[in-house]
Amino acid sequence: MSPLLTPEEIQALYLSAKVALWATALCLPAGIALSWLMARYEFRGKLLIDVLIQLPMVLPPVVPGYLLLLLLGTQGPVGAWLLAQFGVVIAFTWKGAVLASAVMAFPLMVQPVRLAFRMIDPRLEQAATTLGATPWRAFFSITLPLALPGIIAGSVLCFSRSLGEFGATMAFVGNIPGETRTLPLAIYSYTHVPGGEAPALRLVYLSFALATAALLASHIISRRTERKLGYASDRSQR
Amino acid sequence: MKIDLAFKRADFQLLAQMELHGGVTGICGPSGSGKSTLLALLAGLLRPDAGSLNFAGEDLIDTQRRIFVPAWERHFGLVFQNGMLFPHLSVRDNLLYGFNRLNPPERQLDLKTVTALLEIEPLLARRPDQLSGGERQRVALGRALLYSPRLLLMDEPLSSLDDRLKQQILPFLKRVKTETRIPMVYVTHAQAEVDYLADRVLKMEDGRLGE
Repeated sequence: MSPLLTPEEIQALYLSAKVALWATALCLPAGIALSWLMARYEFRGKLLIDVLIQLPMVLPPVVPGYLLLLLLGTQGPVGAWLLAQFGVVIAFTWKGAVLASAVMAFPLMVQPVRLAFRMIDPRLEQAATTLGATPWRAFFSITLPLALPGIIAGSVLCFSRSLGEFGATMAFVGNIPGETRTLPLAIYSYTHVPGGEAPALRLVYLSFALATAALLASHIISRRTERKLGYASDRSQR
Repeated sequence: MKIDLAFKRADFQLLAQMELHGGVTGICGPSGSGKSTLLALLAGLLRPDAGSLNFAGEDLIDTQRRIFVPAWERHFGLVFQNGMLFPHLSVRDNLLYGFNRLNPPERQLDLKTVTALLEIEPLLARRPDQLSGGERQRVALGRALLYSPRLLLMDEPLSSLDDRLKQQILPFLKRVKTETRIPMVYVTHAQAEVDYLADRVLKMEDGRLGE
């Protein structure tokens, strides 16, 4: 046992890290695919998709959480179907916390990744196809590596946002110790019990340190990756 | 190569009907006349609205029969105006990008021959951002050559270089022409370049290709 943290606090920390990692893993492929689509193509309904992606950032967090509950709760249309078909329950479980975090953090993943794709000259992909690469091969060998700094930045922002997710999680999966009580929910719980100020403050410091470390790591990794990829040269060519 | 292509975008229309033979075909015309669009159509980067393209007996485009061979299956090389080198790869990896996608029997030139031909051996370990404009274009040319293209398309490869650099690169292009014998289509707005290189010169004006 840690001399600094109680088992409950360690549990909240572990759960937060697990939820944030899974939420980032969930957002990553969807974020890359959607960002690429939005950066490269013009199509009907693009503006609407854009608005839908950004919506969780401007809505009160409890709104997406409540909508998830209506949809994925055991009485909801999707939740009831999942339960009947596969015996899977999402609401009030850590998997639900992952989903709530992913929905809230998705816009933060999309923005830097989309910007990274927009900065890559499409003629580089064309050059690759005239050298025998299929569009998929060109994407994986040229576009994706060049977008890596943006993808790393997006992932860290997504991870950090997931660590701090509160409102949607509370509405969708509640505040169950060991199951859905992540760091912010644990802090909230401690502030509502007598003598909870000290552990709440410890977790506040911990959250602060984690978020700062994640953002610092993002900047350092992005800068190193940019240097390694010769990204500065690409900009100077245009 | 038999070209019969029509392409329309907004208020621009391109019509090209021509038969090209081996050697270097120069296409000269002012900016906006449709030269680069024609090259993109030949390379398979754009789809025409109507027409056909036949290369060495193979139909690459036939809109009536819904035939369109994509760029990655045409086996044509394309040298872009400003090289379009992959900025995250070394010069060596840029040069080998297309080469590595070929089956060994398809490889007509090797790295050593091409780097010697274009005098770029000392640059192999460098990144594109460490190259001068002229070096960058030579590497782009080498990359296209190592792909052993059936046809080499060049889209104003010298337009971004100053006169001194142009004079340095033109002899390399002539050397490529005489030593590799790969048929080329060379597009430029500079008459002097096609006069120096081309066996046949065509004019492009307002989207029309003619002698």
